Amino acid sequence: MRTREHFRETVLHTPFHARTSAANGMNLWHRWRDYTTADAYFDVALEYNALRNACAAFDLSPMTKHRITGPDALAFLNRLVTRDVTKLKPGRVGYCIWCDDAGQVIDDGTIFHLTENVYRLCSQERQLDWLHSSALGFDVSIVEETEEVAALAFQGPTSCAVLKQLGLAGIEMLKPFGLRTFRFAGTELLVSRTGFTGDLGYELWIDPEHAITLWDQLFTAGHNYGIHPMGTLALEMSRIEAGFIAAGVDFLCADRAVRTDRTRSPLELDLERMVDFDKPNFNGRRALRAEKGRGSRYRLVKLDIAGNKPAKDAFIYDNRRNVIGTVTSAMWSPAAKSSIALASVAMPWGRPGDELYAEIYYQKELKWSRITERCRVIEGAFYDPPRRRQTPAPDL
Amino acid sequence: MTELKRILVIGGGHNGLVCAAYLARAGRKVLLLEAAPRVGGAAITREFAPGFKVSAGAHLLHLLDPQIEKELALARHGLSYARTSLKTVSLSETGEPLVLDGATVVAGKVSASDQAALASHRARMQKFARVVARQHGRVPARLASGNWREALTAAALAFDIRRLGRKDMREFLRLATMNIFDVLEDTFDGAQLKGALALDGVLGAKLGPRSGNTVFNSWYRASGDAGGRAGSFALPAGGMGAVTQALAAAAQAAGVEIRLSSPVASVLLNGDRVSGVRLENGETLTADVIVSNADPKTTLMKLLGARHLETEFARRVHNLRAVGTAAKLHLALSGLPSFRGLPAEHAGERLLIAPDLGYIERAFNPAKYREFSGEPVLEITLPSVHDASLAPAGKHVLSAIVQYAPHDIAGGWETQRERFATATLAVLERYAPGLRAQIVASELLTPLDIEREFRMAGGHWHHGELSLDQFMMLRPVAGAGQYAMPVTGLYLCGAGCHPGGGVMGSAGRNAARVILKSRQAA
Repeated sequence: MRTREHFRETVLHTPFHARTSAANGMNLWHRWRDYTTADAYFDVALEYNALRNACAAFDLSPMTKHRITGPDALAFLNRLVTRDVTKLKPGRVGYCIWCDDAGQVIDDGTIFHLTENVYRLCSQERQLDWLHSSALGFDVSIVEETEEVAALAFQGPTSCAVLKQLGLAGIEMLKPFGLRTFRFAGTELLVSRTGFTGDLGYELWIDPEHAITLWDQLFTAGHNYGIHPMGTLALEMSRIEAGFIAAGVDFLCADRAVRTDRTRSPLELDLERMVDFDKPNFNGRRALRAEKGRGSRYRLVKLDIAGNKPAKDAFIYDNRRNVIGTVTSAMWSPAAKSSIALASVAMPWGRPGDELYAEIYYQKELKWSRITERCRVIEGAFYDPPRRRQTPAPDL
Repeated sequence: MTELKRILVIGGGHNGLVCAAYLARAGRKVLLLEAAPRVGGAAITREFAPGFKVSAGAHLLHLLDPQIEKELALARHGLSYARTSLKTVSLSETGEPLVLDGATVVAGKVSASDQAALASHRARMQKFARVVARQHGRVPARLASGNWREALTAAALAFDIRRLGRKDMREFLRLATMNIFDVLEDTFDGAQLKGALALDGVLGAKLGPRSGNTVFNSWYRASGDAGGRAGSFALPAGGMGAVTQALAAAAQAAGVEIRLSSPVASVLLNGDRVSGVRLENGETLTADVIVSNADPKTTLMKLLGARHLETEFARRVHNLRAVGTAAKLHLALSGLPSFRGLPAEHAGERLLIAPDLGYIERAFNPAKYREFSGEPVLEITLPSVHDASLAPAGKHVLSAIVQYAPHDIAGGWETQRERFATATLAVLERYAPGLRAQIVASELLTPLDIEREFRMAGGHWHHGELSLDQFMMLRPVAGAGQYAMPVTGLYLCGAGCHPGGGVMGSAGRNAARVILKSRQAA
């Protein structure tokens, strides 16, 4: 539990800091929710390649985590998020989004149904105020437990094999979005088959006192399987390839917006599959129903862009030279061997087959150039290896 | 199938009765459910001691919409007045009361400059009160709705203000959010006069004279013309219950079915729309349209439930300011009390204990810290002076609004009630020596009692503070200023909606208009 004076402490270290700081040969850090977080440890390309071809560990501890319990926990969550939480059985994890009254996305995250009526909600942003507001009229307890849980994302094709080496018997049978607890080093290790990379991978949750033990044993077990620590930059590459959106990057959190047209609804973020209109009530339902009738303002699209220049912050044009949107995330994808981007475009643009163009600015040795490249709207992830969904997971 | 087209009205207060009557007059089948064994809500006359009757809530009629009085033929249904155009008396501990009849000082000491200032001040305040009054019968416009009708309503408000003239418009906008303390200090010298005029800015509110919004409150209070005279006070014959009895008679004549002793436990939903209500006795009644005369918090948080509302909307309703600070004192007296220096002929007027601005502000101070006023301000009436039906011959009832007595009092009203009653009677005794000896029976209704007896959250008579941030399109909360609630088929029609509290009826009438235009009631 934090004290009232907690705000005076503005630089926090995760439970893995002794190891992440020792590994960070480049001294590349940034601030994530006050926590000192590695951008990269040695080389972004090396870490990315470890992730896609071997395995990589990412310190996930700063992720905001809440424990939600009480007789109304399920009813509360079902009113909060747009998907139907009643379908989320104990031992399962679900991606979810939640909206303000106007049906605009506040944040996305994951709900872990730990045991009967005990949930963990992970979110990108701090959400305690919104969760407490949402709890009016519910018999529910909401406790932020960010500091009480250390977490590692452990991802890549050899991740399952390493976890077997670590002694997690039967881990290969854990299905995507499943979770299981194991005895480990005298404590409980929670493992979920989840991640932000679009690859085979797991997330490991443990009490902070055992964090260093977990890190050490994991790296020992992974020694012959190409394990590397991975920073945020390599993770960012993998999440764009997977086509995942990021709060504050691909959409503005609705509670941060000053200008009402800057927010996005789930329908405008290509997340309609996450919205269950059959539920009698969830926050934003009335507004989203109205949007369904009226039509959306924007569409989030995945673009396959010609050429090899990353289309960072590029304007998107229609075929008559009108600006119809902007790129929100872009990169040269080593896995897809293409320049890829997520973009927000005005309706009705962005239909598969629409002729769109990206105006890309790039520089070489401080000389700026401009190029306009043809874009193709694609559906599905840019990179989607079958191992991501296979059960039993490949444990080569 | 006919049963499904029925409209249910929850609560038979004056607004519920008005709304039901207008709906029935338009041909709708209306069933009104009242929790108490009689209609009227807080606008009732009841016996509090053998032979002594009193208006249990509001005791002066000043805001009743004359259009409703006419359209529902309330005179034909039994409404008459025992007295209209009451004078206002500022009582004095030293035996020099000030008696005001409108802008005229009938008795008492006042300087010539104050006398002149009073005439122009009152004229201007009445003019501004008319601007407020003109909004009462309108359904508030939503800002940026894109609807031309609503744009017209908004334009009408702008026009009402603009046509005050350049100078008065500027004054209106300058004064609207101000505190009445500064305005009165700028205008008058006499402490007694200032105290008397300030009371109308704070009565029924959790505000002191130095609080913002008190000028607006005084306009609001002067925005009626009950009994035919603008900004004046009247006593209905038979007490306030006579108003609601006449409304009930008018409603029943129009075809409204009234069920008494039928408290509603919850509003039932079918998906996203109302389907009926469940009574506390377990019985369910179906309906496509439900109109609630209960206050917004009770209706939305208790009967419906926050979980069926949007998060931000529920938070706004939760945060609605509705902490009642006005208590009600009823005394059965063996004879007419004698107030210091006041001729007996004025005993039946509106009597104030608000001797100066500082006294009122000091009375308010404890309320900020959840304590009652050791020396409260009072608005007193002796209705039996004009209405023999209220007390046995030769005897009298005294009805007083006593401030400040916050609903959420520290320590709880169980332990504070007697102390507050004693303090109040001690103040009364100073202004009317011998009054305590005349008391045959007494009753003190704290805001907690008002909450329990009349089922008003926070014991607030107006179902929520009347202030600019909870007025018009912001009443009860932003996004619900037009009587329809976010759940399809659910409407509010009480004082928690525009234009607010006081025995007025406009909220009920406006709500009926909105409902009759809606698809659900078609």
